[in-house]
Amino acid sequence: MDLHFGDSKPTDDERAAVDALLGPPESSWEGADRSDADLRWARGGREARDRREMLLPGLHAVNDRIGWISDGALDYLCRRLTVPPAEAYGVATFYAMFSVRPRPATVLHLCTDLACAAAGASELCAGVEARLGPGFSVQRSPCLGLCERAPAALAVRAGDPVRTAVSAPATVEAAVLAASAPDSAPEEPPAAMAVPQAGDPGLMLLGRVGVVDPASLDDYRAHGGYAALRRAFELGPAGVIREVTDSGLVGRGGAAFPTGRKWQATASQPDHPHYLVCNADESEPGTFKDRVLMEGDPYALVEAMTVAAYAVGAHRGYLYLRGEYPRALRRLEHAVAQARARGFLGDDVLGQGYAFDIEIRRGAGAYICGEETALFNSIEGYRGEPRAKPPFPVEKGLFGRPTVENNVETLVNVLPILTKGAPAYAAIGTGRSTGPKLFCVSGSVERPGIYELPFGATLGEVLALAGVRENLRAVLLGGAAGGFVRPDELDIPLTFEGTREAGTTLGSGVVMAFDDTVPLPRLLLRIAEFFRDESCGQCVPCRVGTVRQEEALHRIERRTGAAAADDIALLREVGRAMRDASICGLGQTAWNAVESAIDRLGAYE
Amino acid sequence: MTVTSLGIPRRLLEFTIDGEAVRAPEGSTILDACRAAGKDIPTLCQGDTLRPKNACRVCVVEVEGSRTLVPACSRRAEPGMEVRTDTERARHSRKIVLELLASSVDLSTTPQVAEWIKEYEAKPDRFGPDAARLNEEPKVDNDLYVRDYDKCILCYKCVDACGDQWQNTFAISVAGRGFDARIAVEHDAPLTDSACVYCGNCIEVCPTGALSFKSEFDMRTAGTWDETRQSQTTTVCAYCGVGCNLTLHVQDNEIVKVTSPHDNPVTHGNLCIKGRFGYQHVQNRD
Amino acid sequence: MSKRDRTPKTYTRLTHPLVRDSRDEPFRQASWQEALDRAARGLERNRGAFGMFSCARATNEMNYVAQKFARVVMGTNNVDSCNRTCHAPSVAGLSAAFGSGGGTSSYEEIEHTDVIVMWGSNARFAHPIFFQHVLKGIRNGARMYAVDPRRTSTAEWAESWLGLNVGTDIPMAHAIGREIIHAGLANEAFIARATTGFEEYRALVEPWTLSLAEKVTGVPARAIRELAHAYARAERAQLCWTLGITEHHNGTDNVRALINLSLLTGQVGRYGAGLQPLRGQNNVQGGGDMGAIPNRLPGFQDILDPATRLKFETAWDTVIRPHYGLNLTEMFEAMEDGTLKAVYCIGENPAQSEADSEQAVRRLRQLDFLVVQDIFLTKTAELADVVLPATAGWAETDGTTTNSERRVQRVRRAVTPPGEAREDIDIICELAARLGHDWKYADAETVWNELRSVSPDHYGMTYERLAEHQGIQWPCPSTEALEPTYLHGRLWEKDPARRGAPAPFGIVRHDPPVDLTDERYPIRLTTGRRLDSYNTGVQSGGFASPLRRGEYVELSPEDAEHYGVVVGEKVQVSSRRGAVVAPVWVDPALRPGLAFMTMHFPDDVDTNRLTIEANCPIAGTAEFKASAIRIDKLPVATIVR
Repeated sequence: MDLHFGDSKPTDDERAAVDALLGPPESSWEGADRSDADLRWARGGREARDRREMLLPGLHAVNDRIGWISDGALDYLCRRLTVPPAEAYGVATFYAMFSVRPRPATVLHLCTDLACAAAGASELCAGVEARLGPGFSVQRSPCLGLCERAPAALAVRAGDPVRTAVSAPATVEAAVLAASAPDSAPEEPPAAMAVPQAGDPGLMLLGRVGVVDPASLDDYRAHGGYAALRRAFELGPAGVIREVTDSGLVGRGGAAFPTGRKWQATASQPDHPHYLVCNADESEPGTFKDRVLMEGDPYALVEAMTVAAYAVGAHRGYLYLRGEYPRALRRLEHAVAQARARGFLGDDVLGQGYAFDIEIRRGAGAYICGEETALFNSIEGYRGEPRAKPPFPVEKGLFGRPTVENNVETLVNVLPILTKGAPAYAAIGTGRSTGPKLFCVSGSVERPGIYELPFGATLGEVLALAGVRENLRAVLLGGAAGGFVRPDELDIPLTFEGTREAGTTLGSGVVMAFDDTVPLPRLLLRIAEFFRDESCGQCVPCRVGTVRQEEALHRIERRTGAAAADDIALLREVGRAMRDASICGLGQTAWNAVESAIDRLGAYE
Repeated sequence: MTVTSLGIPRRLLEFTIDGEAVRAPEGSTILDACRAAGKDIPTLCQGDTLRPKNACRVCVVEVEGSRTLVPACSRRAEPGMEVRTDTERARHSRKIVLELLASSVDLSTTPQVAEWIKEYEAKPDRFGPDAARLNEEPKVDNDLYVRDYDKCILCYKCVDACGDQWQNTFAISVAGRGFDARIAVEHDAPLTDSACVYCGNCIEVCPTGALSFKSEFDMRTAGTWDETRQSQTTTVCAYCGVGCNLTLHVQDNEIVKVTSPHDNPVTHGNLCIKGRFGYQHVQNRD
Repeated sequence: MSKRDRTPKTYTRLTHPLVRDSRDEPFRQASWQEALDRAARGLERNRGAFGMFSCARATNEMNYVAQKFARVVMGTNNVDSCNRTCHAPSVAGLSAAFGSGGGTSSYEEIEHTDVIVMWGSNARFAHPIFFQHVLKGIRNGARMYAVDPRRTSTAEWAESWLGLNVGTDIPMAHAIGREIIHAGLANEAFIARATTGFEEYRALVEPWTLSLAEKVTGVPARAIRELAHAYARAERAQLCWTLGITEHHNGTDNVRALINLSLLTGQVGRYGAGLQPLRGQNNVQGGGDMGAIPNRLPGFQDILDPATRLKFETAWDTVIRPHYGLNLTEMFEAMEDGTLKAVYCIGENPAQSEADSEQAVRRLRQLDFLVVQDIFLTKTAELADVVLPATAGWAETDGTTTNSERRVQRVRRAVTPPGEAREDIDIICELAARLGHDWKYADAETVWNELRSVSPDHYGMTYERLAEHQGIQWPCPSTEALEPTYLHGRLWEKDPARRGAPAPFGIVRHDPPVDLTDERYPIRLTTGRRLDSYNTGVQSGGFASPLRRGEYVELSPEDAEHYGVVVGEKVQVSSRRGAVVAPVWVDPALRPGLAFMTMHFPDDVDTNRLTIEANCPIAGTAEFKASAIRIDKLPVATIVR
């Protein structure tokens, strides 16, 4: 491609960061010094244009090393990857964790989302900003997925290697320490601390969290690891799909699509290769179950991905991991490397002649990338904008090929399905929502964390387990894209069909409790801000609708009754169009929580 | 007539639009079928030379069994589909989309939009005087064309025309996100520092007049732009042997704009800098 | 890097005829009556020593009338146009192989081919919309290979760029041919059925081993081998070239060497497989088709064929000389020796477009009489006795032009010409009338219909059909049907009668550029076009291109360092013929020893003072692509910013 590059040159550090990822350039056309051979022959074409999927890792490499992405670094990366600089610029500016303007090497992300806001995030922000000098960038962040330890702070210090430190629950003191000395910040508590039930032998999904050493493949195997994969090889791909279908497993990401059907649809596609994508871009405010699974039992995900890939005939899997999850990233990188070294990944998995490997791709701060097709675009090195469906991913997914995409919790469920058998699994839960379910309980409860319960437990039972506090005002189910219910609705069964019948949603399993000290209009405004910030901007209803929703909520923040009526009518009209006419789930659900607060909780009355 | 490959013959699909049975060749979009059936559906981001982006959502229709409305411009017709184009639900979304756009973007040079606003009884003013707008100033950084992003509905057509669908220059992209997303060149640099080759194929597809010939921009500013006094004549470019068809837009014996027929087998509506802008020499008359 | 603020010379339209009594005098405005009378007298007194420069940028109709003027009114076949300076070798080479001088494929086909070879063609700059069809092909999965001394924008799209030495196209082509034969990839069935001279060709290329080719072309053997295999193994392949092939002293041989590869592999005469020379002017193809060349009558019919002559003699009521006229190059030589004394030059600017422009100007000055018909007072017009203001063919005239894919398309009048400017055909007819031939053409369509009546290939193209189909490709013998988009499908016919004459392999030998580099002139200068400019810049200078930065001598980074010069610094560029001063630009697409210039800004930097008038003996095209130059740092560096 005849790309145009400006005069900006990369610094030695920027060049080194890119070369560390991609290897040294092979010719002067890619940025090496001129050699005689370059003057007579240049390779290009398809191969050169096919490197685009390394764009996001490349942007990370520069951002990790320098803290921001300069013109020269971007141009150099583009030269290496044969990507047009304008497009790479569009990609770099899409993600909240990247900056194309100079900024300090250390960025402190302070979560100001629902659970953290209720836990005093604004005071934390004010305190930290007063303490940290100009050498630091403090960014207010959407949910960091640390709701059980609200309020949360994440420090990222660029360098070689990049250093991160999590502080949660954060005090001003601790957050400042994390930012100024990430290496000497105290170690995060183990993942098991987020699992109040840890050690309970009845746990199927969380059973190993806090029990096994997350760094040890052998320990994982000593606790039943890789039994499911062995069983999968015995069953063969069709057998695995049958088991999963018979188990009644449905997707845990929120859409509740039958997993077996999705696998079957992909496996039967004549077009090849097939891909497996694990959606670990857990960004729904209030959700942190996938993080806990990955931090506490990383090999389970590796094994589950292997099983899924085997079933659908994929030889390559992508694990798209949220950029704000540094510990999960480290654990999974280690687990994948170990599994590869020991023959659990690679050309000949378990000596069965089946080839499979996993590539980890790190997100960079974009809620929308949790949408399955946006995630494909993100992996491919494009802006994380959702695609039109149909065609559906099972037919044209990643790189335009048949693709199964499942989230972490869904995949991990496959292990007990295979080890216990479909009938035993299907016996758990209710008729239409089978198996165990993880609930992310946070907010006004004594023991926030991840709870594993069979489908069918009521909201009240979950809250009781977590020790709900007095003066419950509302419970948010399903996160920002979900809906509020009242304290008198605690008998809602937490199944997909039960919540649907109750006119609400289970979503990703968020159960966030709010007592009456939290001002509801403020909460709704935060949700509206979230959607306005996270809208990719592709379609009009969502791009402008989320802005108009936020504006209206601003206007009525301190109004009620007739004074708010006109704006509430406006919100309903805009919300209806967002729900009906947006391209993807983000816009379609951006009005849900507000609507439920108005209709169920009587907000603004 | 032609003896070269006709392509594989396409099957006809049967389905209904507003209760009436229609037949359309396999691969047709709902919009194709609607237009063939004489139903007018408003569109903004749809372009006859580009793959549907379905970003504006003004063409949404109801399809039986679909949870949400579907964009007519991109959804392929399927056998047995029941399409309803003019339901209250579809009209509501179209109205809101028009209101959202008109309240944030300068649509003064977008053809037809005033009629639609009237037809759908859209009231863009109801979001109040403080409703956020794009608030962009026209970018006049070269002598050939102007980018007035206050008029940009972010339909992606210019990006697609500049990118892999036609020009493959990739000078522009969408940068930023959400309401702050804008069409930009790399590093938000001026056009003159970018990869732009001034083919103007972005202007050709821009549906709102956000991109325009400098001649048109200047004449509009001066109040002299008058399409009723313009003739359009298609001829052949003289700058190389490729034979691109040029449609010369002439007002008062001055060429004020150059386009190319979108169905032309040589150009498919695209030109290069010389064909698009290199006309001035014939009117250096004194 | 700030771009140089350089507004090229802008030309103002001619609005009145200009005349003068002697070349020492300035022009004065004259009435049409006076100017035409003077022109007629000037031509009349030089009857028998007359040459017509027709215009590859004007309509088919104008070219038809212009050649008719030369043949009927002036009784000579001395008619030619600037296609001589660019693509005459393509026409000569293709006609020698296939009996017809057009490119064999259509643009659409390149979107559906498997391998594309762009040889000596920077179509991304010179033919941008053609290149969009190439890009469609690439996006559809075709692999593109680029053969060019420079790594141009076109080459950057290639799977593989082969940076050969200037003027080593024949060694490269022969080595590819030899490799195809030795790898057993030659299409033996096609060779046996549709070609002649294969054994001779095999012997011709046998010495050109890959390693010898590497030595001569500078391109690694592996790269040549890969291209050979890709081209031969493709189910469909397109071979495209531009002036990098034709603007050599042996341009026709170059073209033949490329055609040989298509014959060897059967990559011609099928949908998606063919040969595509890209034309530089809007009507190079049409000008030749209309007979505005010294050896062909309208419809590309050979003057030496008595039956053809008889047909035209009957139609035109005249006698046609039964021999070829002089081509443009020969006409210039004839000026030198005094046998050509008057020229009627329409829309051409040879004073700046010819190689060795100083010589061209000197020769034009030697003429007894020069009438120039143009829309601007060009450098050539400044040398004239009479200047006649014409209309711009593409915007002020009705008619047709024929593009590189042989598509005849309608040109329409959109604006009214300035002042007293008149259409070319009107002016020629006025002159014809003064010289005793009273032609009546009501409009361009009347001319076209006359052409249709004498050219079978154009017969089916009525104006109405041209509008309906947005142009029709020749051949179009019927008003009812359209022919395939590609030529020479006949070569694949089983029946020998329908197959027609087989295509001969061209037995052509390597002959390096005439202007050798040596210690005194160590740098090879090659020339080409930029994206936003055109030829001598007379038209393209009229608009304010943000890309334009004026003329530079472009050097490799290594050479710039070697000479101690920086971007913007003016240097003296000299060849064995002349010298110019030009600022330096540094381009990594160039290698050490290779420099690049254009001829877009002759009023600033007259590049053609450097180029060599070493002509292709068959087609008469000059070797613009290979001069030997030296770079001298000027005593005081002037940095142009």
